[in-house]
Amino acid sequence: MTKMKLVMVGNGMAGVRTLEELIKLEPDLYDMTVFGAEPHPNYNRIMLSPVLAGEQGIQDIILNDLEWYQQNNITLHLNKKVVRIDRNKKIVYADDGTEAEYDRLLLATGSNPFILPVPGKDLEGVIGYRDIQDTNAMIAAAAKYKHAVVIGGGLLGLEAANGLALRGMDVTVVHIMPWLMERQLDLNSAKMLQTSLEAKGLKFLLEKQTERIVGTSTLPPLQGEGRGGDGLNGADIPHLHPNLPPEGEGASSNRVTAIRFKDGTEIPADLVVMAVGIRPNTALAESAGIHCNRGIVVNDTMQTFDPSIYAVGECVAHRGVTYGLVAPLFEQAKVCANHLARMGIARYQGSVMSTKLKVTGIDLFSAGDFTGNDQTDQIVLHDVAGGIYKKLVIQADKLIGAVMYGDTKDGSWYFQMIRDGKNVAEIRDHLMFGQSHLGDIGHQGQSSAAAMPDTMEVCGCNGVCKGVIVKAIKEKGLFTLEDVRKHTKASSSCGSCTGLVEQLLASTVGGAYTPTLNATKPMCGCTELTHEQVRQAIFAQTLISIPQIMQTLEWNTPNGCASCRPALNYYVLCAHPRIAQDDPQSRFINERAHANIQKDGTYSVIPRMFGGVTTAKDLRRIADVVDKYNIPTVKVTGGQRIDLLGVKKEDLPKVWADLDMPSGHAYAKALRTVKTCVGSEWCRFGVQDSTQMGIDLERALWKMYAPHKVKIAVSGCPRNCAESGIKDVGVIGVDSGWEIYVAGNGGIKTVVAQFLVKVKTHDEVLEYAGAFLQLYREEARYLDRTVHYVERVGLEYIKQRVVEDAANRKALHARLLYALQDEKDPWKKDNVRAREFEILSI
Amino acid sequence: MNTWHKVSTVDEIPPLGARVVTTAQGDIALFRTADNEIFALRDKCPHKGGPLSQGIVFGKKVACPLHNWNISLEDGNAVAPDVGCARAYPVKIEEGVVYLGMVEMAEVN
Ligand code: SRM
Ligand SMILES: Cc1cc2nc3c(=O)[nH]c(=O)nc-3n(C[C@H](O)[C@H](O)[C@H](O)COP(=O)(O)OP(=O)(O)OC[C@H]3O[C@@H](n4cnc5c(N)ncnc54)[C@H](O)[C@@H]3O)c2cc1C
Ligand code: SF4
Ligand code: FES
Repeated sequence: MTKMKLVMVGNGMAGVRTLEELIKLEPDLYDMTVFGAEPHPNYNRIMLSPVLAGEQGIQDIILNDLEWYQQNNITLHLNKKVVRIDRNKKIVYADDGTEAEYDRLLLATGSNPFILPVPGKDLEGVIGYRDIQDTNAMIAAAAKYKHAVVIGGGLLGLEAANGLALRGMDVTVVHIMPWLMERQLDLNSAKMLQTSLEAKGLKFLLEKQTERIVGTSTLPPLQGEGRGGDGLNGADIPHLHPNLPPEGEGASSNRVTAIRFKDGTEIPADLVVMAVGIRPNTALAESAGIHCNRGIVVNDTMQTFDPSIYAVGECVAHRGVTYGLVAPLFEQAKVCANHLARMGIARYQGSVMSTKLKVTGIDLFSAGDFTGNDQTDQIVLHDVAGGIYKKLVIQADKLIGAVMYGDTKDGSWYFQMIRDGKNVAEIRDHLMFGQSHLGDIGHQGQSSAAAMPDTMEVCGCNGVCKGVIVKAIKEKGLFTLEDVRKHTKASSSCGSCTGLVEQLLASTVGGAYTPTLNATKPMCGCTELTHEQVRQAIFAQTLISIPQIMQTLEWNTPNGCASCRPALNYYVLCAHPRIAQDDPQSRFINERAHANIQKDGTYSVIPRMFGGVTTAKDLRRIADVVDKYNIPTVKVTGGQRIDLLGVKKEDLPKVWADLDMPSGHAYAKALRTVKTCVGSEWCRFGVQDSTQMGIDLERALWKMYAPHKVKIAVSGCPRNCAESGIKDVGVIGVDSGWEIYVAGNGGIKTVVAQFLVKVKTHDEVLEYAGAFLQLYREEARYLDRTVHYVERVGLEYIKQRVVEDAANRKALHARLLYALQDEKDPWKKDNVRAREFEILSI
Repeated sequence: MNTWHKVSTVDEIPPLGARVVTTAQGDIALFRTADNEIFALRDKCPHKGGPLSQGIVFGKKVACPLHNWNISLEDGNAVAPDVGCARAYPVKIEEGVVYLGMVEMAEVN
């Protein structure tokens, strides 16, 4: 069978990303041909700014080298501009006569810099800032000339100006508006930005309108149209580029010398960079009769009005919006690839964008709608002397916009909340002070990634320092947190440095970094469905085994991966207790071996000591086991019990049998410990019997598996010696009863538990705590601790379901007890799967 | 020269699971895929020596239990971007019996 033909026009960032996504899904569906007007393979256009600033070379920013095209059997036509599409015959024609037939055509022609239609725009030395060629022209000019004028005080203009200044030019930025970057910043932050850029030597002329560009000679320039609107101009072939000063020649007769403004003033200029905006490059599409309106009009599947023609990138108008940053274009690429691969399920629904200026030493971030209106409130922090400005715009309890200058460390956190539409009512008081204020002892000392030296460690788990991460982002062209995790391992273990890595991404790739939308994030690469959708289907369609789920929900891998299988195993067991069968091969080794694997492949054994109370008999047995099996280390854990470390796997069943104590589940996503204090039995302050309460809770819940581990503590009075304030469920005895707190966490990010309810009796504690935990079991995503779950749904919701609705509370508690009825102690001889522990030999 | 050693039956290895064989050349992990193919790798992750036999098997790969590197069962190579290789051993199955091919120690030395 002959393959279908896919032709792509425009070898840039959005187009090639689409091919990459397509190859991941369907490597063999198409014969692929690519036309690129530039002479280079796909490169990281956003890194042209660091190239101009002399921080990187062209060779560092190539994203897909020629070998990549070869390996993927892509026919590549570089330096060839497509000038005609024959939609009847389905053929495209390039300017040199090359033609290619297509079944599917992908337009990814990007945009052109807008060139102001003023007299003198075609003089030598007047250029836009878009590609390698422009960048080279600027570098060449900087070596030879003194005065540069950048027209346009937006993101691109400021990055150009900064680069030229670093190359020794005297740079003036001319801007027509009253303040810089008016589309991203408000007046206050823009002023602060201007002051810091002035300190770097840049000059600014605001509210100035260019009238004409003046050249050495009054003769009309020799060339025709430059690179303005008409993308089809055949003269735009790189080696004929009109703006490069010819080798060895001095100032030629028609080079720019000055720029004159409407108010009659004039300043000298040997180089003029126009950075006043971009225009989607729709000329080719329009000439083929494809409907365009500002950009090439596409629907939510990235299809144009001609169903065999797709379009992505800056050339596109989606729901009337055009985009000029790569993050949304990559989302488009993913959706487009999904349809080209005939999977047909993805939809592009538009994007919220954030911006970050890539000028080394300047911290600036903005996202969403930061101007606000009469429906919105704002929270503002303005420290002029300290150089910090922050503004948060809130509408109907949701954060909708943010601007930050000087301290942008919480940029990605705010951006995530804006994208997720998170309700911020509960954290409004703290919002301005950022995420670390909510507790993050992991990395308190090092909060601003931009200010860190390259040698500073970012990821404490994998020993990755800042320099390595930044280098990988730049050289390997990484754009997402997942990419960075894969390539550098940073933030791939405990995740406490995620915020720092996000900051590094944001400051290195600018607005190209977007956190993934939590609500629509697929479970893993094996499916497009979210955790919630999968759980819903398991429940509603009574799916009772992993193969059945994968088949019904059309998993795209034969048997999942190490990330989705454990989640699915938990979800089926939770949805259909006592019916669904456990699948040990879909459990992480600790849960399969019922012990914690150690770095040398041995295991640790922690028997249960209900409520932290033990006996001489138990201690003696533990001592005997340690002697008998030569166990190297015995340690009291942070959870009030004893850990035996360094047990050989094949000894585990024997150790359990000799201990004759219940499993402590220290290895499981399950109830761990119930920590207690001595309480009213002994303590002179105790008002409740916390020890017994703890023992009873632990006896009731000790075989309970959950989305993640669960820890409980019970203290006998508000002095709280059992540290109930940082547990998943914390109980504190008071004179008139018990206070119950939920969703605390003492680990990676310390979070204080929130007050749920106060009850009178011991049985009520069991019922409320049980109901809360069952709600968590039923609704949290696998690997979310209670703190993550409650953060997502809000404490109000928990109160409604568990406190206010008594019938629901009792039903939840009953479901939990039903599920626990059949759970077995995995250490009991009859329940041990012997084969797991036997070694073969030859 | 490979010598074939009878080590197990297919049934003795759980589908999407593994068994460990101790040998004079160190531990070797025997993996069984969902399609009942059997593969053998040195039971030592190229990253920091984690016991691959204890990992989760999916497709023709295993995820190391220590830091989650993915290792290809067919040739022992780490899946990109990680780089490294666990030694792979030949396996043959005859009438449900699994034979492991090993070069004798004398020849290795
Ligand atoms: C043994 C122990 C340390 C000790 O010697 O005291 C321990 C050991 C481990 N902890 Fe812990 N944690 C131990 C108490 C704690 C505590 C304190 C507590 O429970 O009171 C905390 C903070 C409280 C909390 O969880 O909120 C704690 C927070 C963590 C975390 C971070 C969890 C989080 O959500 O932030 C991890 C990582 C994880 O689970 O992903 C972790 C993970 C681990 C693992 C399982 C690492 C691993 O994946 O292999 C360690 C296993 C060692 C082993 O083989 O035994 N351990 N760990 C403690 C066992 C308590 C017990 O009796 O069961
Ligand atoms: C200096 C600079 C800095 C930037 N910084 C950032 C930043 O920090 N963050 C951010 O998110 N974005 C940034 N951007 C914007 C980002 O680079 C663009 O949004 C992105 O590259 C657009 O991708 P695209 O594929 O749509 O277009 P492009 O990458 O422009 O690719 C289009 C390609 O198509 C070719 N082409 C056009 N017509 C034809 C034809 N008829 N035949 C053949 N080929 C054709 C063009 O030559 C071009 O190579 C920056 C841009 C520049 C110029
Ligand atoms: S026991 Fe806990 S804190 Fe200690 S090294 Fe292991 S995971 Fe880290
Ligand atoms: S030892 Fe295998 S991933 Fe680290």
